[in-house]
Amino acid sequence: MHINDASLCRPLFTAEHSLPSHTVTLQFEDESISVPAGITVAAALLLKGAGHFRITPVKSSPRAAYCMMGVCFECLVEIDGKPGRQACLATVREGMAIRRQQGASELPPLAEENQNGE
Amino acid sequence: MEWATDRAPRGVWRARPLLTRKSMESKEEVIIVGGGVVGAAIAFGAARSGAPVILLDQGDIAHRASRGNFGLVWMQSKGDGFPRYAKWCREAVDFWPALAKELFELTGIDVDLRQNGGFWIGFSEAEMRAREAMLEKLKDVGPGIPYEMLDRAALKAHLPAIGPTVAGGSFCPLDGHVNPLKLLYALHASLKTLGAQVFSNVDVVHVSHQQEHGIFHVKSVDGRVWRAPRMVLAAGLGNKKLAAQVGLYAPVEPNRGQVLITERLKPFLPYPTNKARQTAEGTVQLGYSIEDVGLDDGTTVSAIEWIAKRAIATFPILSDVRLVRAWGALRVMTPDGSPIYQESVSCPGAFVATSHSGVSLAGTHAYVVGPWMAGLSAEPQDMAEFAGDRYRDPARSFSNAH
Repeated sequence: MHINDASLCRPLFTAEHSLPSHTVTLQFEDESISVPAGITVAAALLLKGAGHFRITPVKSSPRAAYCMMGVCFECLVEIDGKPGRQACLATVREGMAIRRQQGASELPPLAEENQNGE
Repeated sequence: MEWATDRAPRGVWRARPLLTRKSMESKEEVIIVGGGVVGAAIAFGAARSGAPVILLDQGDIAHRASRGNFGLVWMQSKGDGFPRYAKWCREAVDFWPALAKELFELTGIDVDLRQNGGFWIGFSEAEMRAREAMLEKLKDVGPGIPYEMLDRAALKAHLPAIGPTVAGGSFCPLDGHVNPLKLLYALHASLKTLGAQVFSNVDVVHVSHQQEHGIFHVKSVDGRVWRAPRMVLAAGLGNKKLAAQVGLYAPVEPNRGQVLITERLKPFLPYPTNKARQTAEGTVQLGYSIEDVGLDDGTTVSAIEWIAKRAIATFPILSDVRLVRAWGALRVMTPDGSPIYQESVSCPGAFVATSHSGVSLAGTHAYVVGPWMAGLSAEPQDMAEFAGDRYRDPARSFSNAH
């Protein structure tokens, strides 16, 4: 399957004029993007033409946000180093670092095993 | 509709000499009531042996234990106090590779069998000692049930992710796991391939035996009737009422288990354990509660919390992963937790089969129970020990781990 790895492509959506003019700046992969404050990460990526959000774990196919309401788990991304976050449920924040979710989520290294199990 | 035009006449009109009911060559029609993993495996075993099979599946109103289970192919610790059952479980694990292979060849469905051993995980020395005593008692069953006790360091060498409060564990190289949904799917797909007739949305409410003709009538709530000289009741919790209608005793009760599923994770758990298993696709299934709550198959915050806490104690690296689902399902539990297999004395040709371990025992149900109940092979040895009548004996008392 061909996956367009260009970080940004032509947006599928445009913003309504009613969106707040205040913006925040995010990192998506290796690019800075400026998006309206208060929207979700999924909305931001769709507005900016991010293309696929993630690569599926089993068949390595590209997927993007679908239900936009927290149900389908198609919009998984890595946010600030945490894998498997639902982009449609997270609100954009200044300085947020977003990467595409590549397959299954990584677990933390075992060396970091903590003592909170009881 | 299919039934009304095509199937109804078969049982009614086909000439069927009475004397052939017990004949090994007759290949009589057999109705299997219940399309879960027990009924479907027996149906598969009967159909692959050449019996004409009619499988009646209750549909979406069923409790569907087969769609909610944990997916372990497990024998270590099963049959304590019931040697015939321990031997039965021992034989069952040996059938699994052949079953997975045959289902794949027939249907192209890989049921994700991984049978490279399984670990039980203990949190105290007392638990470890009790475990060892039990496994030691079972080790000479059949061709042997090998096991190994591992202290914390030895266990960590195999399961590096165990947490600091884990005391140790036991290992049995014969154990494993499968995807139970793919197993059910593959069994049903194979039935189609083998030419069995499968009817969905059949809520069987009454079964009866026409002594004169040696024919069973199986009636659904909407008035449809199927007829055949053989009938297997594999209706899970429904067996309790149906068995009594043909002189069988199957005092099964529901017992709820809740389980959790995580997001898909990179592989970290190379073996199944009694508390968690990582599926072929990467999700981790976390178990499980044991609750006596009647027919309520819902979930509760307290059980979900308890399961999650225990999972994190077992494998602390799970503390940040996301859960994507939780569900409850109803175990089909007998008074001693062991299966019931029996042919009716008063209604010969009627059988009951019920087991809480429908996944672990799937190979035995397919290759031994199916041909037996279809009349194509002799009754296996010592099956009387599995008769439901054992629960009627006032001199015996029963308990199960649930």
